[in-house]
Amino acid sequence: MRRADAFTLAALVAPAGAFLAAFFLLPLVLMLRAGASGPGGIGTYAAILAEPRYLASLGQTLLLAATVTAATLVISGVAGAFLARHHFPFRRLLVAMLTLPLAFPGVVVGFLVILLAGRQGLIGQVTMALTGERLVFAYSMAGLFLGYLYFSIPRTVLTVMAAAETLDPALEEAARSCGASAWQVLRDVLIPGLRPALLAAGAICFATAMGAFGTAFTLATEIAVLPMVIYAEFTVSANIAVAAALSFLLGAVTWAVLALARTAAGGTVAAAG
Amino acid sequence: MRRGLGFWAGLLFVALVAAFLIVPVVLSVLAGVTENYQRGILASGVTLAWLTRVLDLYAHTIRLSLQIALATLAATLVLGIPVAYALARHQGRAARLIEEALVMPVAIPGIATGLALILAWGAVGDFRSHWTFILAGHVLFTLPFMVRSVLAVMLGVGLPLLEEGARSLGAGLLWRFVTIVIPNARPGIVSGSLMVVTLSLGEFNMTLLLHTPFTMTLPVGLADAYASMRLEIGSAFTLVFLVLIVPLLVALQAAADRAAGIGKR
Repeated sequence: MRRADAFTLAALVAPAGAFLAAFFLLPLVLMLRAGASGPGGIGTYAAILAEPRYLASLGQTLLLAATVTAATLVISGVAGAFLARHHFPFRRLLVAMLTLPLAFPGVVVGFLVILLAGRQGLIGQVTMALTGERLVFAYSMAGLFLGYLYFSIPRTVLTVMAAAETLDPALEEAARSCGASAWQVLRDVLIPGLRPALLAAGAICFATAMGAFGTAFTLATEIAVLPMVIYAEFTVSANIAVAAALSFLLGAVTWAVLALARTAAGGTVAAAG
Repeated sequence: MRRGLGFWAGLLFVALVAAFLIVPVVLSVLAGVTENYQRGILASGVTLAWLTRVLDLYAHTIRLSLQIALATLAATLVLGIPVAYALARHQGRAARLIEEALVMPVAIPGIATGLALILAWGAVGDFRSHWTFILAGHVLFTLPFMVRSVLAVMLGVGLPLLEEGARSLGAGLLWRFVTIVIPNARPGIVSGSLMVVTLSLGEFNMTLLLHTPFTMTLPVGLADAYASMRLEIGSAFTLVFLVLIVPLLVALQAAADRAAGIGKR
């Protein structure tokens, strides 16, 4: 590359770089420092890891994100592979329905969960009519799980469909003609073929579930997922050092998972969103 | 083609998943135009009163969100296209690092980024209560999507080669940018733009921390309506949001399909 070229390219990247430095890197550094600004000093970081309440919240958030990721991968894997392999009337309509909520914000998803499983929700009405008892679970961990599932499925289905379409159906055909059972085809052909896509989609799903805040906020429960704890520490208790330290922890864990998946998938993990 | 039991089981499963995603949306739309949701739409009748009420209460949040979304779009175009171009031209170690740095704001939860922004810039003049404070956060969050979408198309059409041709004929950088780069990257610019506007209109995780009573965006308004208004008003507001966002999503799908086609070519 010529010198003048390098100069031009640097000039092209500079505005975005300056923006990123001022509004991302600098804030991150200041947040890291704010985390050590409380009475506990730098020890705040160790203290939050020793405090059972925060640890429990971190554990709960990790568990929820992992469960949602696993469930989403199974559901979207089956649905995506099915839609990529079969052509039938109304298929496009089904795909459109599955991908409609693609960019619904978490707040809206929370409200939709309330309409399904809340006090005036559909599930409550149906169970009331059937059994005489109203089933309401929107405001519990189950409601949160349902909400996270809701916004994870559309994106994952799209990823799986795109990946399954690039897989050669002849491979499955060959396996079947060699006498492989449906389960063996799934285990030995489909899943290995879809592995990079599943890893990528799973990582994004996990990262989104870790940071998802709108759904928990709308459901307004005592479910202490980490983003809710951070919000409460910052706004209610004005405990800025702890909020900053916890934010840093949440950011680091989420980023690490994405980076790990990217390495495992060989650089195919796209940005989360 | 003969269809076995497996096909019908699969179809049933997919239909159930689709129902899980669509039924709540239908419920919400219906509730938004129902006189009294508790009594049901058939017993109490259809009304547009809740929608009028929402516009009375929250029109300012809708205006602000549209304003922020368009400003975010402008900023990501100006900042993002040159970066995508530089990355397309130079695929080296430095390029990987830049890409990595760009994606980080998306990999870190919005609430953490929001808090960091407040700690760094919250006390600087009147910035905290100005709408551009939220704009900064939205640009941060959406910029990687613009860069990725434009970059994918630039690489897909073989831009470096096209440009080299133009350069050998003596075209300068600015001229190449206007006549070669922009037209060829258009599908990526279109799908990136739709993505940015859609994401900005719906952003909540970061905006809830960033907003002030004077700068309430649509999603923050939605959360406010869900928490403090009756179910019908929350539903009517959701309906307004869906009317804004669903056409964008449909256009986004179509644009992304086109751009992906180029990427594979």
